[in-house]
Amino acid sequence: MTKSADLAAIAARIRARVVEMSHAAETPHLGSSLSCVDMLVAAYWDGLRIDPEHPLAPDRDRFILSKGHAATALYATLAERGFFDASLLDTYDTDGGALPEHPGLQCVPGIEAATGSLGHGLPMALGMALAARIQGRPSRCLVLMSDGECEEGSVWEAAMFAPAHKLDAVTVMIDYNKWQATGRSDEIMALAPLAEKWRAFGWDACEVDGHDLDAIRSALGHEADGTGRPRAIVCHTVKGKGVSFMEDDNNWHYRIPTADEVRKARLELGQPEVRA
Amino acid sequence: MRNAFAAAITELAVKDERIVLLSGDIGNRLFDKYRERCPTRFYNCGVAEANMTGMAAGLALSGLRPFTYTITPFATTRVIEQIRVDICYHDVPVVIVGTGSGLSYASLGPTHHSCEDVGILRCFPNLTILCPADAMEVGPAIEAAVSCPGPVYIRLGKKGEPVIHEKPPRFEVGRGLVIREGSDVCLLGMGTMTFTALEAAQLLDGLGISARVVSMQTVKPLDERLLHESFARHRVVAVVEEHSTIGGLGSAVAEWIARSGPQHGVLEAIGTPDAFISEAGSQQWMRERCGLTPQAVAERIVRRFQAAG
Repeated sequence: MTKSADLAAIAARIRARVVEMSHAAETPHLGSSLSCVDMLVAAYWDGLRIDPEHPLAPDRDRFILSKGHAATALYATLAERGFFDASLLDTYDTDGGALPEHPGLQCVPGIEAATGSLGHGLPMALGMALAARIQGRPSRCLVLMSDGECEEGSVWEAAMFAPAHKLDAVTVMIDYNKWQATGRSDEIMALAPLAEKWRAFGWDACEVDGHDLDAIRSALGHEADGTGRPRAIVCHTVKGKGVSFMEDDNNWHYRIPTADEVRKARLELGQPEVRA
Repeated sequence: MRNAFAAAITELAVKDERIVLLSGDIGNRLFDKYRERCPTRFYNCGVAEANMTGMAAGLALSGLRPFTYTITPFATTRVIEQIRVDICYHDVPVVIVGTGSGLSYASLGPTHHSCEDVGILRCFPNLTILCPADAMEVGPAIEAAVSCPGPVYIRLGKKGEPVIHEKPPRFEVGRGLVIREGSDVCLLGMGTMTFTALEAAQLLDGLGISARVVSMQTVKPLDERLLHESFARHRVVAVVEEHSTIGGLGSAVAEWIARSGPQHGVLEAIGTPDAFISEAGSQQWMRERCGLTPQAVAERIVRRFQAAG
């Protein structure tokens, strides 16, 4: 098992790459991408049974980034994990390139579903979990959602279906950074108490610090308790995490970092080398 | 037609272990046999069509061949986003089945009518649209749908529709089926209106107008060869559909004419009006109101035939 200190270093590298990609391509959603990096690292280096050499192995676990607007974080994670050559990240959001601002199905190895429109990942993951059950495969399905995404009705349709069918092969991780595009997620809609909502819908819900790699790994490794309840991990996070001048500042939902800001961010993340 | 669907999907699921049937809390007892034969491949998804449709995409992404089944507006326009993104954008082989299409559920009111579904769904890339004409065409339509590598929408009537064929006919994706030959005019029926087209053809016979009738089993992709031939040989080509003339088969044929250039024959598009029919009433009453009876269809074709002469 990879040490958490090593995973923290990996997360820092991914964050630096994400900041660079946002600058180079002039694309928004930087704060949303930074807030879920630790969850992605915990999943891809520990929680998921996946093999970058065999990205379509039938028995693999499935991961869906339902908050598709954090695509840079997913692309950088997959590259760092060895699914494809990191040089491909330089083509992010370029004309005719393979990496759009929201991920397309198998646009690069490891992308299990096209996302971008919110509230779609969980129903698709339930379908994948039903398929695994029907086909007798051990695959588990992990969905990473945003807090604002939990305002979509389709999320709660799926939330009611899964426990009724004891789909405990499904886990959702919610990036609860308390912001959505234009304001506080608890003010725009009555989102809180979020973990209690999932519990009331029949899920085995827990709350963790979404930047504590050990805590996320532990929550992901938690064995099903035999009741058939699927698992919801509400991860308390900070939007823009890892870069002091971006943290909890919702301007970074849309702002593009300048070259100077990229340099400062890299320094803070311990990645002073500016890439060629 | 829904009983034919239940029988056909049961038979197919027994043979093909990839078939999974998702139902939106309708068809009480309709699928008892299916559930008995294939208990692990049936899910009542409740009154939650968005989740049902998204799950179907997930099942298909894992190599299975899911069908979603509920009343047409809830299988289609209610979940247009899931059909567009989860199914069509992913280009996965989900078969969406709408039952009670057009004005089949006339008395339930406009919430249960579906005269816009084809118009909206036709815009989506990758989607094949099949409209079987009677119960006999349902089984072959389902088999044809499963043979498609991508998504399919099947538009069914409800129950008790008149049967056209004595036995299951040929059903080939992308081809219309000529069920009656004639030389003066051609009627292209969409789904259950094909029987009305046949009755209208008989009335036209009595007036000395010889009519060909086609079951346009596939609305997308259009059978362009058949259209070329029909417009070349017939003075009037009439589309008869229980769907709005905006966006339906009539629109599709008009678009084809716009692409292909002037034709010998003229198009007469007969369908439902650009309006919700909010009065109470039976399907028969609503068809009369919309000019979708054999008599009304025949009269429109006669007028157009005479004008085109």
